[in-house]
Amino acid sequence: MSSRIDVRKTYKLFIGGAFPRSESGYSYVVNDHKGAFVANAALASRKDARDALGAARKAQAGWAGRAAYNRAQILYRVAEVMEDRRPQFVQAVQQSEGLSGSKAERVVDEAVDRWVWYAGWADKLAQVVGNANPVAGPFFNLSTPEPTGVVAVLAPERSSLLGLVSVLAPVIVSGNTAVLVSSYSRPLPAVNLAEVLATSDVPGGVVNVLTGKAATVAPWLAAHMDVNAIDLTGVAGDAALATDLEVAAADNLKRVRRAPAAEPDWSAEPGLEPMTAFLETKTVWHPMGV
Amino acid sequence: MSIFEYAPAPESRSIVDIKGSYGLFVNGEFTDGHGTPFKTVNPATEEVLAEVAEADASDVDAAVKAARKAYDKVWGPMPGRERAKYLYRIARILQERAREISVLETIDNGKPIKESRDVDVPTAAAFFFYYAGWADKLEHSGYGSTPLGVAGQVIPWNFPLLMLAWKIAPALACGNTVVLKPAETTPLTALLFAEICQQADLPLGVVNIITGAGATGETLVGHPGIDKVAFTGSTGVGKAIARTVAGSNKKVTLELGGKAANIVFDDAPMDQAVEGIVNGIFFNQGHVCCAGSRLLVQESVADEVLERLKRRMSTLRLGDPLDKNTDVGAINSAAQLARIHELSDIGEAEGAGRWSPECELPANGFWFPPTVFTGVSQAHRIAREEIFGPVLSVLTFRTPSEAVEKANNTPYGLSAGIWTDKGSRILDIAGRLRAGVVWANTFNKFDPTSPFGGYKESGYGREGGRHGLAAYLKGADA
Repeated sequence: MSSRIDVRKTYKLFIGGAFPRSESGYSYVVNDHKGAFVANAALASRKDARDALGAARKAQAGWAGRAAYNRAQILYRVAEVMEDRRPQFVQAVQQSEGLSGSKAERVVDEAVDRWVWYAGWADKLAQVVGNANPVAGPFFNLSTPEPTGVVAVLAPERSSLLGLVSVLAPVIVSGNTAVLVSSYSRPLPAVNLAEVLATSDVPGGVVNVLTGKAATVAPWLAAHMDVNAIDLTGVAGDAALATDLEVAAADNLKRVRRAPAAEPDWSAEPGLEPMTAFLETKTVWHPMGV
Repeated sequence: MSIFEYAPAPESRSIVDIKGSYGLFVNGEFTDGHGTPFKTVNPATEEVLAEVAEADASDVDAAVKAARKAYDKVWGPMPGRERAKYLYRIARILQERAREISVLETIDNGKPIKESRDVDVPTAAAFFFYYAGWADKLEHSGYGSTPLGVAGQVIPWNFPLLMLAWKIAPALACGNTVVLKPAETTPLTALLFAEICQQADLPLGVVNIITGAGATGETLVGHPGIDKVAFTGSTGVGKAIARTVAGSNKKVTLELGGKAANIVFDDAPMDQAVEGIVNGIFFNQGHVCCAGSRLLVQESVADEVLERLKRRMSTLRLGDPLDKNTDVGAINSAAQLARIHELSDIGEAEGAGRWSPECELPANGFWFPPTVFTGVSQAHRIAREEIFGPVLSVLTFRTPSEAVEKANNTPYGLSAGIWTDKGSRILDIAGRLRAGVVWANTFNKFDPTSPFGGYKESGYGREGGRHGLAAYLKGADA
């Protein structure tokens, strides 16, 4: 009697809405928490990073130009599809992080709920962080938040799904587009999330996922003149690399969300900072009077 | 030249008592600096006004220590409502001594008295008044109410007192103490402000003023004892600061250069637009980071706008900054004048058409006539680089989208202007411009309640308004 041979999956990058292999042809071995082979993940190169940035830039104006209501619905749709694929995420988180089944389930629940939480912010952010300014003179004067543009996101190394969602959703909810470098050692939930994004009405290029090493890809992202901001959360604890990336980011005065000393507790309520770090405030004046 | 000649109407400078030499203001008292003293001159006459102390590393250290002590012992623990009263006191003293301060500002900076009297000093007072009211209401700001600690602040020479107010008022309101370094060419009103702090009985060490040039600023920014860096100045220095603070826990806000587009559509209210263009680039001799230095005018009205603009420029009065009728004062320094000459000459060499009204420049001092360049393309250096002087580059466009594309074609993103009678167009264009401040049918308006700051290489953070508090509170980012 012959047992069935399972069909294995090739884990690829996610760029411009498509799933290419790395241009470099490189991949690397992903093991589970016990060290057993799970998959070969694509090892993103400098060229992949550049392609991803190109896709993110191309998508940015259109994404920011959508109605906030529409962005909210699309983000909520992502949560729906995540929920739908819950078993897959539970397995990936368990495999990556070595959590027990029930713990992994809780992490996935929290990640889906967090995504829902951020989805709701799309059409409320301007009301909470914007202002009508009572200037001393006959002027109408309004300050509103706008996305800063293309954001490079270094996802946390340990928290492969909840941490990932916690750095990605706040970037895109306001109309930024993202190039995300996943956890190097735990990249599979990121690829699963990319597959969810690809089937959730998120326009191609809004999120681009690179699996690979932050230490090799991030310097190109930090130094790139067409990147508006960078989130260094993923290099938490590596002060030397974080400093190098901050120095590189100074060349075009990128907005930098600094690396924390250690990976934060992702179960805590995020607050506004992960979103406001990637917003600009625009103030428009107009005279008033007939 | 205008038909009617004006009689000279100089403001008396007798109200100002300029001392022969000035020390640093550290821990509530004036002390000698350990660096090499330098001289500050009146740019309109090249008269030496005073010798000013230079803070060396030990002086910077002493100032930071004084600020830290004041933060730990007095200012940090003080209830917000008490801090508020000190800030209200300072606002009132600025109003009471307004005449004296404006005359001193004009003498040290070269800007026309009507600007220091009607804009700089009243707006500086308004900033203290506005932020005074926040000191006991921070929990309603949306940013929490935890101060950062000691702020190191470095400000430029174009609005010496106003920039001081932009920096010090929100910092103190949030419970921080400060070490501020004014620009080396315009230190005098900051030192007068130190006396105002004494007059207000502000606790010792809450405000420290250290004078010096770039090296002093670098030492301050790099000092491990400060928690916050606030800088207004050039983009080049802003990038250097961003590198310096990399890897530290210092919070940073930067207000840097600009190359603002002032966009005039064919249906613009023409008289107001021409006034706005003039105000946009010739206000404060063009020494304004948000100056409307690129005029984008719709092709169909370009000739008319230029003709009206030249006619209006011919009525601008350049000369003695202390004269109440002066519109254009002196360039702040010989170095800045040289920079303006250099870029203007390049503009000419690259083929742009140069025009200035007939204008007699005073024999002494640093002067540059209001200048307009026509036939400018986006590749010209005068369209790309910040000149920081009374020099306007004129480009044309045909469609709104072309205007937006040209306006955004710059690494800067501080400000922009739109002139049109069509409301829907204003809202559309304002939304598509990548700039922190958009003035529609007006230009160069400032108010303490209104956030100001840049996109892209014009820096990060906002000054003014509720948003301005975020720069001085823990965990806030906006």
